[in-house]
Amino acid sequence: MILIALLAILIVGGLVAWVAERWHPLWPRFISLLALGCNFLVLLALWLWQPDPFMINGQGAWLITLDRPWIPHFGVRFHLALDGLSLLLALLTCFLGLMAVVASWTEIKYRIGFFHFNLLWVLAGVLGVFMALDLFLFFVFWEVMLVPMYFLIAIWGHEHRHPASFKFFIFTHSGGLLLLIAILELAWTHHQNTGELTFSYLDLLGASPDPETAFWIMLGFFIAFTIKLPAVPLHSWLPDAHTQAPTGGSVILAGVLLKTGAYGLLRFVVPLFPVAAAEFAPVAMLMGVMGILYGAVLAFAQQDVKRLIAYSSISHMGFVLLGVFAWNAVALQGAVIQMLAHGISAGALFMIAGALQERLHTRNMRRMGGLWAQAPRIAAISLFFAVAALGLPGLGNFMGEFLVLLGTYRASVPFAAAGALGLILAVVYALIIVQKTLHGEPEEQRHFTDFSTKDMVAMGTMILILFWLGLYPQPVFDMAHPALEGLQQLTME
Amino acid sequence: MSSLDFTALLPLILITLASLTLTLIVAGYRQHRLTMVATLIALVLCLAVIPLAAAVSPQHVPPLFIIDRYALFYMGLIFTAALAITLLAYGYMKGLVDQPEEFYVLLLLASLGAAILAASNHFASLFLGLEILSVSLFALLAYPRRFQLSLEAGVKYLILSSASSALLLFGMALIYAETGALGFGQLSTLLSTGALSSEIFFLAGLALIMTGLGFKLSWVPFHLWAADVYQGAPAPVTAFLATVSKGAVFALLLRLFVQVDGPQHHTLIVLLSFIAVATILAGNLLALLQNNIKRILAYSSIAHLGYLLVALLASGNLGVEAVTFYWVAYFIMNLGAFGVVTVLSSPTQEKENLEDYRGLFWHRPGLAGIFTFMLLSLAGIPLTVGFIGKFYIFAAGVEATLWLLLFTFVMGSILGLFYYLRIIIALYQTPTIEKEALASPSSLPLMGSLTLALLTLLLIWWGVYPDPLMRIIQAVAMALI
Repeated sequence: MILIALLAILIVGGLVAWVAERWHPLWPRFISLLALGCNFLVLLALWLWQPDPFMINGQGAWLITLDRPWIPHFGVRFHLALDGLSLLLALLTCFLGLMAVVASWTEIKYRIGFFHFNLLWVLAGVLGVFMALDLFLFFVFWEVMLVPMYFLIAIWGHEHRHPASFKFFIFTHSGGLLLLIAILELAWTHHQNTGELTFSYLDLLGASPDPETAFWIMLGFFIAFTIKLPAVPLHSWLPDAHTQAPTGGSVILAGVLLKTGAYGLLRFVVPLFPVAAAEFAPVAMLMGVMGILYGAVLAFAQQDVKRLIAYSSISHMGFVLLGVFAWNAVALQGAVIQMLAHGISAGALFMIAGALQERLHTRNMRRMGGLWAQAPRIAAISLFFAVAALGLPGLGNFMGEFLVLLGTYRASVPFAAAGALGLILAVVYALIIVQKTLHGEPEEQRHFTDFSTKDMVAMGTMILILFWLGLYPQPVFDMAHPALEGLQQLTME
Repeated sequence: MSSLDFTALLPLILITLASLTLTLIVAGYRQHRLTMVATLIALVLCLAVIPLAAAVSPQHVPPLFIIDRYALFYMGLIFTAALAITLLAYGYMKGLVDQPEEFYVLLLLASLGAAILAASNHFASLFLGLEILSVSLFALLAYPRRFQLSLEAGVKYLILSSASSALLLFGMALIYAETGALGFGQLSTLLSTGALSSEIFFLAGLALIMTGLGFKLSWVPFHLWAADVYQGAPAPVTAFLATVSKGAVFALLLRLFVQVDGPQHHTLIVLLSFIAVATILAGNLLALLQNNIKRILAYSSIAHLGYLLVALLASGNLGVEAVTFYWVAYFIMNLGAFGVVTVLSSPTQEKENLEDYRGLFWHRPGLAGIFTFMLLSLAGIPLTVGFIGKFYIFAAGVEATLWLLLFTFVMGSILGLFYYLRIIIALYQTPTIEKEALASPSSLPLMGSLTLALLTLLLIWWGVYPDPLMRIIQAVAMALI
């Protein structure tokens, strides 16, 4: 029931927030904070109440499951479950949700209730994606979260919001349709082999279609997830969507939505089609490396801060793709840490970019300059997250990238070497942000408020998390370990 | 005819009597509200006797009709749709200066034609049903007779209908020449015993019949009339045309297809596959170019007929279920979408340009929300009945391994998303101040709004929990095969 409650809190919270706008514009914001905070605490409690919270183990590593029939005619079940991996991502989702509400506190000025409704529903969809163990249910959550995200960009976005929201929806929906056909073909192959029609992840793990079919189905899954990730030839929706989305939307997009693609690769593509995925791994890893380098090079060329962060996200998610397809214990742990650390650091960077845009009414870095003098708090925090993004040892991003490269090195030396180049390019673009925005002479004498206490609390928490991930990531390893090991075992057989 | 036959035919008999009675009422006493209420009562009565007829089904009424679960299901769908259109049209027809009463008589007659199609098991009843439906539709289309566009739509439909009737008759003649049979059942036995000497005439006849029906269903390349007629027709009639008339013809087509064992005729399958691909692509591509909501919805409905053809070609149990489920979804979505247009329009001022809908969310959030749901459902986004319908067709297609058609379907859905999103975005754009002033907060017709709310509820209910509907449809599909 806890799993249903997690979804219900967000869904009902969204509706209440929408209605509550009538009374006072602050109501929706508080309701969202309450709903997300409540979810966050429930998840945290769920984790800490395990017999041995830092070493989750047991059969299949499922902490909690819920399984009910839904559409018996097609063998579809309402099957949700959490293991260490899902729990980590669910925690990230709720945490960044809180951050997104804080980031939109002053930015969103009209239709506040509807904004928070959409925000909470996106997060409900994402939570569902992380928890669904029935492929049909997974697909439903996968598609449902697009609609509120689309509204977030299309209604509250910046100047070119309409084309950007179109692109976002069309790209991800196209991937979704491929995914749907792939899921159906998988289920039907299973049906032909066993006579049982089911969409259950656990049943389909043993579906074993013939190699050629498996390859095509795998490709359908892979394309859908790499569009969302995004991997390089399929990435072109991302810079526009990120740039045009309101700050809260960008935080959710970069921090959480991209992770659903990575999660799909990790949870579905490799375990469901171990052989096909192993054959395909070189191509996938090549795409990962291309993403790392391409994203970093293009980030370097941007003038718009949000675009820069968006391209850097492509680069960072390339590491995740690389790690997933290297498919050994080290690389997988690295991919998970990278997902969490990138969620936090990109979220924070977008919040800073949003704060700057709100104050300066521009995202052009050429016109920023000299923030150190005018807003020391914003400047110091920007510096921190910029160096976090470039992979400074001791911070979470470094830990993720390092482990991914270490694991990749075992799988393929050339890919590891090429991926490592990305670390150098990251330094270039991160230092460019610092140089252009923080240093130098201000273009004009501006007066604007620095970060408030509320912002500082949010930022401070994120800084602490990055330190934690960088200095003492063991609890996270322990938490993800059984799930990752379980996934790996599936591919051994 | 035995009493069982009468029981089985009750829905048809009742609706015939109802249209006659209504004519007499209108002749004696003209009163808009009274006529409308009488229509509602008639339709509810027709719906109420369907369970009675179902109790004796399947019942052959030789030689013309077969009353089985399949026929009764579609009749239920047709009468419910007519009911919804009556409720939606009431507010709209009030705006008509002269004599709105006959509209309801024609609506009942058209429903009678559609119901006959759903139950017909013989070429003669097919033709009769189709003509009753079409002739009432000419009049309905041109009902606001002072408006040029409506008249034009009526005339266009008249010419198209005569052409398609001619083709249909010629096709029937060819089949009769070859087999000597006009009943679907006879045809099916002749075909299964292999009594046919040469298939040429039979196939040519079948192709001509498909063409004739294809005009009514607006398959590409027989679609050219659709957008003009949809645009010109009064909004509630457009809703009727898009749903009831097409649904009934498709129901008949499916029955014919199953009876003559369509999948066995390779040429026919190839032909229909081409038509499906062309219909999906052309419908969606042409919709992209429109700025008129009615035209966009017209082309989108062409595309949806293409999707339905994919399910028809998949055939088998799952194919028939998919077709039937998709029709339910299609009825809800299109009644809803055209319903929104209807409640905002009046005969003198049809709200059909995309411009008219810009910023609707800001002054009519409820209506914009309903429209958004309808459009998302048309686009096949989950938690709407449209998604389950699409899923059904995908499932049938995957089972029958129709990869080419499925990929066309995917392409079509992606293209479709462009124009559905275009409308949605227009709904949520912030209106300019002058626009705000123009959008006078005139009250919406109550009954129309309630109907729309109910449709939205069904759309979500069956989108989230489709199991009860699926069970019914399984039984329906079983009856046909």
